[in-house]
Parts: sequence; structure tokens; C-alpha cells
Amino acid sequence: MDKSYHTIAFYPQKCNGCNDCIEACARINTGEVSPAHSRIAIVKDSEDGSFGLALCRQCGEPRCVMDCPAGALSKNEDTGVIQWEETKCVNCQLCTLACSYAGITYNPVTRKVMKCDMCGGDPACAKVCGRGALEYLTSSDLYDKWGDMEDLFVPGISACLGCNSELLIRHTLRRIGPETVVATPPGCVAGVGSVGVNGFTATKTPVFHPLLTNTASMLAGARRYYNRIGRDITMLAFGGDGGTADVGFQSLSGAAERGEQMIYICIDNEGYMNTGVQRSSTTPYGAWTSTTPVGSVLRGKTQDAKPMPVLMMMHNCAYVATASTAFMEDYYAKLDKAVAAAKHGMAYIHVFSPCPTGWRFPPAMLIEIARKGVETNTVPLWEYINDGNEFHFTHSVDNPLPVQEFLSLIGKYRHLDADQIDHIQKMNKRRIEMLKMFSEQEERRAS
Amino acid sequence: MSHTKYLIVGCSHAGLTAMETIRLQDSEGAITMVTREETLPYSPTILPYFIAGQVPQEQIFLRDQAYFDKLNVTLLKGAAVVGADSAAKTIRLASGDEIHYEKLLLATGAGATVPPFPGIENVRYQVVRDLNDALKLRETMNQAKSAIVIGAGLIAMHSAENLAHAGLKVSMVVRRKVSLFAYFDVAAAGLIEKIFEDNGVHIATGSGVAKISPSDGGRCVVTLESGEDLTGDVLLLAAGVRPRIEYLEGSGIETDAGILVDNSMRTSAADIWAAGDVAQAPQFFEPGKTVNATLPNAVTQGRVAGMDMVSDPAFKPYSGSSGLNTFNFFGHHAFSVGLATIAEPTEDIEVNTTLLPSGLRYQKLVFQKDRLVGVSAINAALDPGIMRELIRRQTDLGAIKEKFVSAPLETGRLLMSKLWR
Repeated sequence: MDKSYHTIAFYPQKCNGCNDCIEACARINTGEVSPAHSRIAIVKDSEDGSFGLALCRQCGEPRCVMDCPAGALSKNEDTGVIQWEETKCVNCQLCTLACSYAGITYNPVTRKVMKCDMCGGDPACAKVCGRGALEYLTSSDLYDKWGDMEDLFVPGISACLGCNSELLIRHTLRRIGPETVVATPPGCVAGVGSVGVNGFTATKTPVFHPLLTNTASMLAGARRYYNRIGRDITMLAFGGDGGTADVGFQSLSGAAERGEQMIYICIDNEGYMNTGVQRSSTTPYGAWTSTTPVGSVLRGKTQDAKPMPVLMMMHNCAYVATASTAFMEDYYAKLDKAVAAAKHGMAYIHVFSPCPTGWRFPPAMLIEIARKGVETNTVPLWEYINDGNEFHFTHSVDNPLPVQEFLSLIGKYRHLDADQIDHIQKMNKRRIEMLKMFSEQEERRAS
Repeated sequence: MSHTKYLIVGCSHAGLTAMETIRLQDSEGAITMVTREETLPYSPTILPYFIAGQVPQEQIFLRDQAYFDKLNVTLLKGAAVVGADSAAKTIRLASGDEIHYEKLLLATGAGATVPPFPGIENVRYQVVRDLNDALKLRETMNQAKSAIVIGAGLIAMHSAENLAHAGLKVSMVVRRKVSLFAYFDVAAAGLIEKIFEDNGVHIATGSGVAKISPSDGGRCVVTLESGEDLTGDVLLLAAGVRPRIEYLEGSGIETDAGILVDNSMRTSAADIWAAGDVAQAPQFFEPGKTVNATLPNAVTQGRVAGMDMVSDPAFKPYSGSSGLNTFNFFGHHAFSVGLATIAEPTEDIEVNTTLLPSGLRYQKLVFQKDRLVGVSAINAALDPGIMRELIRRQTDLGAIKEKFVSAPLETGRLLMSKLWR
């Protein structure tokens, strides 16, 4: 398998053209702040006020390297960085003709070409960007670490196009490995074929299909059996929000209170998506579903969602976390902690899971919506570790984007009026304030 | 007879790029590269810099042996190809050995043209096409005080500059009115020539060679049609290149000036491709086929050929040959892409020229309706690669054309930032 590399991501909508990155780049490379020495350039579109980026993409098939007659450019196999060796360069500038993105440019002051070297793995531009418009992404490490592991979910399952659950299950099983018993109660995960189509299961681990009501208690029993015969097998549930927060809640609550050893993952797509998009107790306020319709009287759901992860924290679970597939490094870190916690108690992870089919958005927008949910504080990312009573946010909740940037991407919120949006914004704020109380308590204790 | 899945003849940019492109898709199929050179692969483009002593010999090579070993590619050095049999799918080497192939790429490059100047056979002259030429020229230069360079292309200009850097008094013979006519218009070329003259290089333009005769001490005299006599210790011919295709005689592969290929770099014979300086390929702006002996073009063609040879699903046909190059001289920098030599606007051609001779700065943008078709520049703050890509993609500038004309650097960067996927 080929290696995957770290990269510098640019989010133009967060850029305000302050040029701090340009100064930081020039300074770290030459000690001067003149933009002439910067390897990164930000250009403003005077028409719509948006910004563009000129920076080396560290291409996989770098045209500059191919076009260099002097062998002065090469791609470092370990870091992926296209390296420029000044002593070999003859200054023919053919590389500047090779690059379509102004990633390697001629510096008229030094009379040499220059390009981004990612500051040896700690890029100054991303560090100095206070708005998160430039971000140094290291999530490729996950691919390098786990990409060669066997995918324990078969291809060809019948999930909808762009299904978040499928993505999540593949990643989770890779990390947790084959020494696992999986339970998938009725819901999308079971429905796509994980528990069996024509006598074959889609998971390459033992899998069973409990009732909607008893997932946690069945896993508790299975784990106790393995404990008795002396085998350390991970119990793993992939429950939907219905099987978790509605009818499955009593068995989950009981198992959590007893501290049963398992990882319970709630894939929260905010409703009963595989049976025709009915509302559940985690369907958010204002959302359209087939049972909270939009018409002349009703304008979507009139109640707020049940704060499921907080409820689980209140059960004194060994580990509780929220997650989003737009932040996979965060998810993997949480899985590691969940695996450790499930050795002695319950680990509960609540995954925000946008659904193209039931929420009405194009499949290609899935990850963007998963990201915007977090960035608008609609779905704050946090974790609670019972051992030590730690609570902390794993993604900053300061300076969130306006909630409209999330809502406007999703069809089920299309009808919202200003009052409803205002309500959602207020509830988001209230949720953060409540969570911050746990967080502050933690800070006070630490100091 | 040895057998190989992919056989690549020629080991410079086109051949190397094709090999690397094939390896991305086929990590196991046997690849054999043969080169008439005794050395590891290098680029002819590096030679003028090598002559000037800017690069030591051990540093001119593009890849080392370990690289070929790692990719499991057999590299046969000192192996000139003398014949090809497209029916039997074999090539014959000078040693008499034959190699059987499944797919063959001919990337044998181009040699120097030696025009039939009267008297040329009586004098000692040099060319710069391969390392041996360059080594010979360096040796000659060491005992020389003056040089005459015949030719008007980039190799001629580069060589003239580097001979001047080495301390020689250099004269250039340019048959046409100006040098670099393939890349620059009269005004731009005039500016470049002025910089050469200011740096002590004499350029005699507008007059061809009438005869060449030997003089005492191994020197030679070039008599121009204008009657002017130029005398030099070194005579360097840089009057163009000619694809190396002699070995294809009787092979059944169609040739003209070079090996005729289509937009997939396929020749007329089955399972044989050609790329780089040796190929005569379709053009970007007009019908017909041409030899485009430039480095970036060799890489592009090598990549197209490699992708087609390995049936890469991402294959895209060659978009066609057009002029493109960069030129760095006496601390100044220039480049040219596309139809950059058009001087006069026509019905649908618009020419926008900025000339600041005092600052030695020149910029020319050529548009066909709302599309950029050519750019040339001297000491201008522009991104050559972005200009090239906008031309190649035939990007419709439409509403932002005026903005592009007033700020081509920023507008170009903004466009490619948005179009980059």
C-alpha cells in the first residue's frame, strides 16, 4: 500500500486576507517579512470578496519533478514533501512552467525559485492562522496505520449512496479488530445486510440481531459468558438512535448502571431512516420527518432532542464521547479509549450521523455536513472519562459558525422560519453552557 | 533473445516519465530501458549549464541506479538500437543482441542538425546534444578565447551565454531578423538581444552564412552573406535538431521529419509508441503534426504514452503540441507559452502588450475572443505554469477578462485556486 501524507488544508470561507500566513512564511524562511519571500500567497477576488490560495500541493505525480532537468526536485517518500535542492538547481525555471497552481515560484529578490517545504512538519502558516483557514492535517496517519488492516465489513452491502453508517462501521471494525462480537438491532445497520442476506453476514466477525429492546442486555450476557470461559472478546453494539434512545433505552440504562463491559456505539441519524423517516426522541427541534410534517399548521418537530450522551454520562459509564465522521482522528482517539474502558465497564460513543436519504441532501455533502454540525456547535465534540472524572471538549466550542451555515445545507430544515432558527441557535448555546459547567468543574479541580 | 513486457528506447525525459507512469499502474510487468549513452540518464537541457561549470558532472544525472533497482527496471546502458521489426516485435542492438517486447516506446530524441554550409567540412565544429559533445566542447573552450555560435534558438542562446560566462568573446550568427523567433516577437527578442549585447555577446542578425573557412591556429572564419567576417577559436553549431530515426529504415513505421504519432502517441505500427523529441505529433492550435523538441513537451508525451501503454483508466489524450519554454539569461528571466509571437491583432485575435524597456520588462497577452492563447514575458511577475494551464484548458475568461489583463498574476492564481480540481 502506498503511503499517505500530511497536508495543509485551506478553507477559503474562513480567510479574511490578514496575510499573517504570508509574513510567517517569509519570516521562518528568510527572517524578513517581505511577501516576496513567502512560499504561500493569498489572492482576493474583488468581485465576491472570496480568497484563493497559491501554494504547493505536494502532488502525488509532481509535474515539477518530472520537468526538472537537473534532478533538483524530488518527492520525499517519507513525508510526501517535494524537496528542492538549491545546490543542484540550475535556475532554468522550467518548474515554474510545470506547476498549474503557482506552487513553485520565482523570487526576484533572491533570483531563485522557492517552494513550500511544510516547515519540516510544523508549518508556520497554519500555526499563525487564528481563524483556522489554514490547517495542518495529519489524519493521513490513520490511513498509514490502519489502511493495511483488514476491512471486516464486506463490499456490496445495500446501504444508500453516501451512507455515514457504512463508513463508520468499516473504520470501527478495522480499529477494534476481529476478536469482537457485534450486535446490530433493527435499524439501518442491520437493514443494509450486516446481519445477513440469503444466509451470509456482511461482517467478518460474529454478529447477531437482537430485538430493538434488548441489545445491551444481550451483549451483557454474551460478555459474561466469555468472562466465564476466560476469553477477552470485545462486545460491540451499533445501535441506531431509535434502538438506543427510544425503545432500547431501558436495557441500555440498566447495563450502564451495572457497568457491563461493552462498547455501545449509537449511530444517531436523528430518526427512523430505514422505515420511512419517522421522528425519534433524538430528532432535533424543527426537523421535518414523515411524522413531523411541514404544512399549514405543523412546521416540523416541536420538541427538542433528548440529550442522549449527557444522559449516559450521568449513568457513570466508564467512558462517554461524542463523535463526527468529519473528524476521524478524533474518532480514532476516542475508539482507543473506548476499547480500554470496555475492559472494565461501559464505553458509550454517540456519533452524529447525517443521512442523505432521510435528511434530504446530496450524498457528496455528507462529510461537509458532519463538519458543519460540529463547527456550528450543533454537535459539540467532547469526552468524559469516569476514572478521574474528566470532562473536556475535543474540538473548540469558541467562535462557532452561525447555525444557518449548517441548517441551510439540509433539506429537512428548508422550511425553518426565523423564530425556529433562533430557537435552534439558543438551544445550541444552552447546550454549550451546560457542557461548559462540566468542563469548568474539571478545570477548577485541576487547579 | 531476451523478452520484456515494456521496452523503452531512450532514457531521457520522455522515456523516464513513461516508465514511471507505467510503474504506477503495473508494479510487476518487466520493464527494460535501453540507452545508447554509457551513463545514467541525464537531460540535454542541463548541458549548457554543465559547459559553464555550473554543475559538476557527477551531479547532472536525473536518477541513480538504486532508483531503477527499486522500481525493478532493467537499464541497459551503451546499447544503441540499430533496427526494429514491428511484425516480429523485436529490436536489434548494435551489439547484435535482440530484445523481444510486448509494448515498445521509441524515445530516441533528436540529434543536432548540421546545415550544409559551404566549407563546413574543412573546419572543426562543435554541437551540444549529448554529454560527449559537452565534454569535447569544454576541452576546446579551455584553450579558446573566442567563439562563434550559429543558431537562434534557446540552445544557441544558452550556449552563447555560458561561453561568455566562461570568459570567451562570443559572436552569434542569426539568419533571421531576430533570435528566438519561435518564442518571442520582434520587440521582446530585441530586448533580449540588447541584454546579450550589453553583456558582451555580439549578435549578427539578418544574415545567413555564406561560407566557413579555416584560419591559422585551428581557428575558423565565418563569412556572412552580408560580407561580414567573424573569427573564432570555437565554432558551435546550434542550428536546430533532427529526430533520430535512421534506425527505423525498413521497419514499416511511418516517419516524416520524426516518427508520426496520433494523440495517444501511437505510431502506425501496432504496440509501438513514440514520444519526445523524436515524435511528430498533432498540434494544439492547428491541424497537422510537428516535432516539438522541448523538455516539457517530452514529459507530457512520455506520460500520455505510458498511460496508454499500461491502459491507465485515467488516460487522457495528448492535447497537442504548442510552444512553451522558460529562458533565464544574465540574471533576467523570460518565458513563452502558446501563440506568443503574434504581433498584430486580427478579427478575433486581441494582443495586449506592455513594454517598459527602461525596466527591461515586457509582457504580452494574446487572446482569441475570451480565451487566452498566448503569453510571453520578460522579467514580469507572472506564473508561467498558470498561464500554460489556462491556455491548455481553454478557460473562458468572459467577464473577468479585463481584470485578467490588468492583474494577470492575481487573477490567474485566483482562477487556478478555484479550478484546481
